[in-house]
This record gives sequence, structure tokens and C-alpha cells, in this order.
Amino acid sequence: MSKEKEPLFSAKNMKLLTNPLNQDNPIIVQILGICSALAVTAKLKPAFVMALSVIAVMGLANVIMSLLRKTVPPRIRIIVQLVVIAFLVILVDQVLKAFVYDVSKQLSVFVGLIITNCIIMGRVEAFALGNKPWPAFIDGIGNGLGYGIILIIVGFFRELFGAGTLWGYKVIPQSFYEAGYSDNGLMLLPPMALILVGLIIWIHRSWNKNLIEK
Amino acid sequence: MRGLRNFVDRIKPNFEKGAKFGWLHSTFDAFETFLFVPKDTTLRGSHIRDVNDTKRVMIVVVAALIPAMLFGMYNTGLQHFRAVADVAAAYSIWECFWYGFLRVLPLILVSYIVGLGIEFIFAQVRGHEVNEGYLVSGMLIPLIMPVDVPLWMLALAVAFAVIIGKEVFGGTGMNIFNPALLARAFVFFAYTPFISGDKVWISGMLKGEAVDGFSGATPLTTASESGLGGGALDLGGYSAWDMFVGIIPGSIGETSVIAILLGAALLLFTGVASWRIMLSVFAGGYLMGLLFNAIGADSYMQMPAYYHLIMGGFAFGAVFMATDPVTASQTNTGKVICGLLIGAIAVLTRVINPGYPEGMMLAILFINALAPLVDHYVVQANVRRRNARLKKVNV
Repeated sequence: MSKEKEPLFSAKNMKLLTNPLNQDNPIIVQILGICSALAVTAKLKPAFVMALSVIAVMGLANVIMSLLRKTVPPRIRIIVQLVVIAFLVILVDQVLKAFVYDVSKQLSVFVGLIITNCIIMGRVEAFALGNKPWPAFIDGIGNGLGYGIILIIVGFFRELFGAGTLWGYKVIPQSFYEAGYSDNGLMLLPPMALILVGLIIWIHRSWNKNLIEK
Repeated sequence: MRGLRNFVDRIKPNFEKGAKFGWLHSTFDAFETFLFVPKDTTLRGSHIRDVNDTKRVMIVVVAALIPAMLFGMYNTGLQHFRAVADVAAAYSIWECFWYGFLRVLPLILVSYIVGLGIEFIFAQVRGHEVNEGYLVSGMLIPLIMPVDVPLWMLALAVAFAVIIGKEVFGGTGMNIFNPALLARAFVFFAYTPFISGDKVWISGMLKGEAVDGFSGATPLTTASESGLGGGALDLGGYSAWDMFVGIIPGSIGETSVIAILLGAALLLFTGVASWRIMLSVFAGGYLMGLLFNAIGADSYMQMPAYYHLIMGGFAFGAVFMATDPVTASQTNTGKVICGLLIGAIAVLTRVINPGYPEGMMLAILFINALAPLVDHYVVQANVRRRNARLKKVNV
């Protein structure tokens, strides 16, 4: 235990959790992890499962690397990070295959590609290697949540307007279609996800003027 | 005229900053400069300017589009009556035109109201002048749509084109892609059943008004299918003359090469559009057609090369879309290179890709994205050439 006896949920730790949700969001502020955000958000359910997987991997990877931070020689730290992350990803992949096989099939390679998600590497490199396990854990969870929120927002709009469903259930009534409404096929294509992320960034920056680049 | 000027001058103080309607300054400014060439002088840089500012130039393009629009209205009626009764001869030109007029007018109105509405809102919020670019886009967008496209879809496409295609880049003059084509691409990818296939090109066919057995397929579709099927070339019974005059199914404004050439003549005469681009697009398409003739693997490849120039949207794209001064290449050499590429890629897509019977839209959008790169290399080549010459002189 540290000598300062910092409470588990001190203001500093809470900031680690809440900052990535808004001011320091990994996707819309740091512009990391875009590829997976485009690939898995055509439907809400895979987006949600993907978000959970990334939260789990990021939280645990941060803890493990934080525990190992004094024993890993700096010259081989990237390899060790990769081994740890890959191990966790395989674990998550097996869990998904066991319990939500259909979603796991939809996510296909993108579960495996969590290994290459720059957010995870970035947090391990930038935070876990220099901090104690508990703050590192909170930081991982916070960044995972920040990533997941954007995934779910994008997935929500893409599924609603692209297929007229949410979580697989029809939400746009049949009478709409009879009146001439039609699903937007572009929403199901990755380019529209990029445009949606762009629109979210636009709205977010018009609220947070301090983030606007000069 | 003087009365109008006096009226504008009288109400002008109300719209100055701090006055009662100061928040509407952008809107007022847009209408004033639309009616009268502004008297402002430039503060620095070039002081002598042509009276033909951007707004006047845009009006010329809209005027050049009028023949295509009028013919499109007539053709809409003609195609409709042919499909529902198969006795188009029984209907006079005026009946055809009136029917088409009633079908096309709502599209034009929706396009202008939504597009200009968004432009005004953005200008007002940002405190800019209203951009004049939409005057042309607003006319182009309905002309490249199938006549039966639902109005809400058109409105959405216009909103997408203006906001994502133009405003996010900073408005007219800053956009990478041609906004009108972006609107079409939006409908094409988002609502594919409403802009492709055999039934959308003739008014009323989606609702099943056509007589049994009538095919609404465009010559492009039938030619593409006959080529891939390994059969003889099938243009749906339309002759080259039909395609040149424009009495074939297709998007509203794209069918008549004669009407488009009238517009092209006006654009070239006034110097608004670049003849280099127009000519090189046609040349690129023709050369690609000749290349396919030389290969001659199926009946579509063996089709006379000049057919490509009068089918579908090729002529319309070459004259009105590829020449867009904002998105086209800026250097003369670049204009020729880009033009050739547009023509060649459009024909390539038509003949080779079974998924897209028409390749003009995608070809132009693609080359729009490449234009800055082409310009960069043209400028660099020029710099190198002059450097080499300089060295020779110094030695």
C-alpha cells in the first residue's frame, strides 16, 4: 500500500475514468481505433459486444503490464505488451465463441484484431508502464468505455437507419415502409460510419471549444 | 431597374450590423449581390476585376442547362406515354411537355429550397456571405436523378451534398468533390433500388402503370447485359439517332446530346467552362472505346466507339460535371490528363464492370479526388524543366 493512502475512488482516479469519456476520448479526440469503429458498427449488438471485449482486454492488459512494469526490461517491453494483449484477446475470443457464437461470427477477424487496436497499446505504453495497478485498471476501463460509447452511438444510428432495426428487433413500423420510407443502404457501408464519426467529432468540438485546433 | 435599386438602398440600413435586422445581414447581402453587381473595391491585391463575378458566372451555367432541362421535361412525358399506352404518336409535344413539367418541377423546387435553405442557415450562423455555388448544383441535381425519385430522398441527398460535400470543407470553392454528383452518389449507394434497374427511368413504371411486357431498360443496361451474356449487341431497340436526340429512357437531363451541346456551346462561347476538359473527356472515352473495339471480346466491346459518347450520362458529365472549376484540375496539362482519365475510366467501368452499367459519375468523383495530385506533379514537372533550362544557361 502506498504511504499517501489514497482512497480507491479519489478525485484523481475518477478523472482517469471520466476523462476518456469526453475531453480525452480515444476515438473522437485522439482519433485512434478508427478501423474497428468502422468495421463492427453496422449493427448495435456486435458493436456492444466489441465494446465489452475491448473494455475487458484494456482493463486487464493495463493491470498486468502495471504489475510487470518493474521487471520488464525497457528494450523488450513492446514484445511483452503484445504477448499480454494477445493472450487476453485469445481468451476473450474463446469466451465469445462459447457464449455468443453468432456475434462472434459477425465480428470475425475483428476480435483478433483487437491486438492491433492502437488504443490498447497506447494506454499500456503511456499509462500502465508508469502507474500502479489500480489507477492503471481504472484508466483501461475508462478508455474502453470512451471507445465503447462512440461504437454504440455509431452502431445505433447505422442499424436504425440502415436496417430499420435495433438489437435485431424491428423498430421502424411497417406502415412507414408502406408510406414510402426506405432503409438507407449507405448506412451499412463503412464510409458512412466514417462520416458519422466525423459528425460526432463536429458536434463534440462545437460543445468543447477548447479542443478545436488552431 | 432604378426603382429596385432605390428600394434595395432604402431597406439596406435595416440590415447593417447592430440594426433591427442585423442578424439577417448575410441573407440580405445574398439577395442584393444577386440582383446587382456589388460596388465594393478590393483592399489589396488585384484592383481591376471583371464585372462577371461568381454569381454572374453561375447564372450562365444555369442558362446553359435550360435546353437539357426543357428537353428532359418533354422526354419524361414522351417516355411515360410510350410506356403506358405504347402510342406516343397520339400525344402532342405539348401534352408530353406538360406532363414532364409537372413531374420535374417539384424536383427542382425541392432541390433549390432545401439546398439554398441550408446554405443560408450556414452563412447566417457563421456570419459569412451566402455562397453562390448552389445556384448551379441546385439545377444539376434534379437533372441527374431518375424522374420518379421520391422527394424526401432528393431532399436528403441535397442536404448530404451541401453539408458533407461542401460546408464541412468551408463552402463553395473549398469542396473536393462535385456536390451535384455527390448527391447522386448518395442516392445511388443509399437507395439503390430507386436509381438503378429497369423500372426507375420512366415516370410511373415503379407504380406499375406501364403496359405488360414493356421494358424500361436504358440502352446502357441492355448493352451491358447483352455483352456479358455473350449475345449480340442489344440497345433496347434504340438507334444511335435516338440516343443523339435523346428520346431514350434515362436520368432527366442526361439523354439529349443535342440539348447538352447547345449548353456546351454557350459555356464555351462565354468562356465559363474549359474546352480542354470537355474535349479531353470525349477524347478519352472515344479512345477507350477504340481500344475495346480492338480487343473485341464480346458484342459490347465491338460496339462503335462513338456510341459511348452519346449513351447515358457521358455527354452531360463531360460538359457540366467534369468542367466544374472548383473540383477540376487547375493546370492546363492537368485538365487534359484528368479529362482523358475521366473519359477512359467511365467507358472502362461501363464495359468491364457488370455492377455498374454507367461509370460516368464514379469516374468523375474519382478523378476529382486525384485532381490535386495531378496538379502537383504538373507544377513539379514545370519547375524541374525550368531549373534544367536555367542550369544550361548558367553553364
